[in-house]
Amino acid sequence: MARFTPENEALARRIVARYPVPKSATIPLCHLAQEQDGHLATDAMEHVAELVGCTPAEVLGTASFYEMFKLHPVGRYCLNICTNISCRIVGAADLLARAEERLGVRAGGTTADGQVTLEDVECIAACTEAPALQVNYRYVERVDADLLDALIDDLRAGTGRAEEFPPHGTLGLVRQELGPDDLANVTPPEQQVEPVWFARNATAEEGAS
Amino acid sequence: MSERPRPIEVTDPVTITVDGRQVEVQRGELLIDACERNDAYIPRFCYHPRMEPVGMCRMCLVEVDTGRGPALQPSCMIPTAPDMVVETTSERVTKAQDGVLEFLLANHPLDCPVCDKGGECPLQDQTMAYGPGESRWVEEKRHYEKPIEISPLVLLDRERCILCDRCTRFASEVTDDPLIHFINRGSNTEVNTFPGDPFSSYFSGNTVQICPVGALTATPYRFRARPWDLERTESTCTVCSVGCRVTLESSRDRMLRINGVDADPVNWSWLCDAGRFAFEATNSEDRLTEPLRRGADGSLEPVRWSEALAAVADALGSADPSSVAVLGGSRSTDESAYAWAALAKGVVGTDHVDAQLGDGLPAAVFDLPGATIDEVCRPGGTVLYVGPDPKEELPVLFLRLKHAAQRDRVRIVEVTPTSTSLTPYSAAGVRPRPGELAAVAEALVAGDAPADGVAGVSADDLRAAAAVLGAADGPVTVVLGRANLAESPQVVLDAAAALSALPGVRFLPAVRRGNVRGAVTAGMAPGRLPGGGRLDGDAGWSGVWSTVPTEVGADAMGILAAAADGAISTLVLLGADPLRDAPDRALAERALDRVGTIVAIDSFPTPSVLRADVVLPAAMLGEVDGSTTNLEGRVSRVRPKVTPPGTARADWAVAVELARRLGATWSATSVEALRDELVAGSPRLAGTTWAELEAADDGVLVDLTGGGFDPGTPAPVPQVDSYSLRLVLSRELYDEGELLGRSESMAGLSRTPTVGISVGDAERLGVEDGTPLVVRGERGSSTLPARVSAGIPRGTAHLVHRLEGSDPITLLSADEVACDVRVELA
Repeated sequence: MARFTPENEALARRIVARYPVPKSATIPLCHLAQEQDGHLATDAMEHVAELVGCTPAEVLGTASFYEMFKLHPVGRYCLNICTNISCRIVGAADLLARAEERLGVRAGGTTADGQVTLEDVECIAACTEAPALQVNYRYVERVDADLLDALIDDLRAGTGRAEEFPPHGTLGLVRQELGPDDLANVTPPEQQVEPVWFARNATAEEGAS
Repeated sequence: MSERPRPIEVTDPVTITVDGRQVEVQRGELLIDACERNDAYIPRFCYHPRMEPVGMCRMCLVEVDTGRGPALQPSCMIPTAPDMVVETTSERVTKAQDGVLEFLLANHPLDCPVCDKGGECPLQDQTMAYGPGESRWVEEKRHYEKPIEISPLVLLDRERCILCDRCTRFASEVTDDPLIHFINRGSNTEVNTFPGDPFSSYFSGNTVQICPVGALTATPYRFRARPWDLERTESTCTVCSVGCRVTLESSRDRMLRINGVDADPVNWSWLCDAGRFAFEATNSEDRLTEPLRRGADGSLEPVRWSEALAAVADALGSADPSSVAVLGGSRSTDESAYAWAALAKGVVGTDHVDAQLGDGLPAAVFDLPGATIDEVCRPGGTVLYVGPDPKEELPVLFLRLKHAAQRDRVRIVEVTPTSTSLTPYSAAGVRPRPGELAAVAEALVAGDAPADGVAGVSADDLRAAAAVLGAADGPVTVVLGRANLAESPQVVLDAAAALSALPGVRFLPAVRRGNVRGAVTAGMAPGRLPGGGRLDGDAGWSGVWSTVPTEVGADAMGILAAAADGAISTLVLLGADPLRDAPDRALAERALDRVGTIVAIDSFPTPSVLRADVVLPAAMLGEVDGSTTNLEGRVSRVRPKVTPPGTARADWAVAVELARRLGATWSATSVEALRDELVAGSPRLAGTTWAELEAADDGVLVDLTGGGFDPGTPAPVPQVDSYSLRLVLSRELYDEGELLGRSESMAGLSRTPTVGISVGDAERLGVEDGTPLVVRGERGSSTLPARVSAGIPRGTAHLVHRLEGSDPITLLSADEVACDVRVELA
């Protein structure tokens, strides 16, 4: 698996059609590829480039800018422990050390069974519920050592709380579908009517000068 | 840095204050340029006058006051406006420059002693001039694997990169090959390619030239010299006929590097990789270094120049003038071409002289009213492009046309047998069947077409193209070249005759070899005298030369045909290789078999040279002095930088010596004298004397009014054979030619030969990409893998000349207007 499956390719073409310029679909298609494979594979980036009409280098340049696009395989669950100020004050550093010890990997590593990738992340905007972590970008809040141990056991076994979390890469449990009438801004740029305020502002400027 | 500010004409002046001085500048031009033009140079890394500004490096911060108090602003992003007050050296500016340089150097290694850029490095120079002098950085710097090969010609040391976006902007904006890109983020940002997808641009060498640090280096130059050891001279590239201005750089009498010079009418500082790196061939082991003569045992033996010249003089002098022929000269300088024209026509008295080999355009194209590149690319203009893929044959012209179409609203109508690199930038395009170009040209001029189309082009396509031409604002300019070697050049002349009916039309002849125009203008074409005069008109040359031929001679194919009939006793090959390049291999073979004496003046042992009886080693690019004429008719100086290997001599020196041996009284014995003799006898070359050329950096245009264009007898329209495909034989930039095949770094870059067919024909034959196909013509056949392309019209087979492992020119015959081939499953 790497290039889009026929079903995903059909979906990708529908996504491309949502935008006035195909290249705008680069990031949505990278998400789709990551949803398919759990990470953004090299061939997937080539396929995205073909679908949006740019070079693979441009796709890589865009995707590598964003931390959440994983260019290498990651575990089924991505465990992101926040170690920024609010969480650190209430013990995030200890949580991270505990997770490293329990999982047997350093932050950034993936367990040998391929179940969990541990990451040390910056603020995830849950300071009121610190210390907080995310599993595949779904929040787990007010974490303590026992909760962390139980969570890690569940994630490794794939049971219990693990069932709350979709596999890595899944964006939403309900896919957004747009009907042809709902497409935003599909008028090609050259056919778009200039917004009225352009002319109004131009007149105002002329008057001023 | 070496970039000059873009020349502008001040049409809408505004007054601004720069460092307390009131200066007048063009409204809206970038502040960085306006200040530089007014002697206030602002340091910069990312800004390049030929690319869009991005404000990436922050080095050009200056204090600008537009009425709201002074503020630091990047001068490369600020257009000038009335009453701006600019401080470029204030305390705040100096502090900002210190800070920016300290940041840039935080991650930049201080390996200047081993860096190729050291000594000519903008970062080094500007750190010395504007930097803080000391760094507070004590942390570890970034480390990367070094160097990585981003293309076969360009190496990248990522830790030296300051992320100025020049190379990546060049790749996406100037050439549209965005194969290098910023990867990752923050302090991990690096320039890189996609894995397994190298920066295989024809223009990759330019990124090395514009890199403001030593991050990008070119394989042919890396670790070969230090900048302070290089000697430089400004010259003109003669690899193709665009005539880009270059600097030749050498050390210890060895050519090491060529860089582009910003010539506003021509190359805007860009070069193609062939022009930039082909100098490697001059250092090749294969160079001919001493005269050779065929000995008694039939092998070529080294001899002294005097013996070789005596043998040549004897062969020229003893033969009947009408049985002497000279082929070639389109790779020489104007002066060499003139010397050979004068020797052949004015001393020997033969008119069998042709600078080309039947693979270019007839000399008549230079009689059409001419257009310059700037006129073709005039903003808002309309261009009819009839010719080869410009990216493959005239790469820098492609950059100019692409820029014109993308940014200067130029509308291009493409009339080519297959789609080209220009297709994405064209407003309309038609694909005439080879051999029937003239009919399509007539339909375009008429603006209408019969319902069933013309020459394989549908009526709708023709009307769409004609509509673009009809909507032209001002006269249309035509780029006129030969797209197809398998099509008679007469077809192009017929099309030009039809297109001459467009009101006010002017033509840019897209000839290929470096100095075809100069050679023809110097008289190296049958029926012509130097300066464009006709033999029958005699433009006064009988007073200069001891004789002038009375009968109009044959062109290259005519000379080869005469030779095959035994009518040529002495054939001079002036850097010409008919065995490889003449579009009729069998005829060339027969011709060389029957000629009494073959004299070859060449730099390399080509197949034709190996058949010669006397071989004289010739000096080549970077070794000869003189001038060259580009496709527009712009004469510019070619200067020597290194001495030729062994005893190789310039072509003109051989001609002058032979003339002396033949008893001619000819006083011009230097390039200067030859130039001035040529100009004195040629009113159309007025203004191009040696002294005038020396004074003109961007060259001097010859008179382009044209006149007396005679298309000759129209070619018959070939019958369509519905079982066959019509052959299109084109060229690619990287081929196995004499120059590139012998340049170490580029020798392996030519593509694997394929036979291109349309999607429709592929379906009919049931083949896909890579299926082996037999291409069978009357003269021979070859087996090649298929390449199925949507850019090839149905009924067409596309092959490429001179690729390793394929020799499709053997399929051609001189007396056919177009070539039909059968394409079958192997």
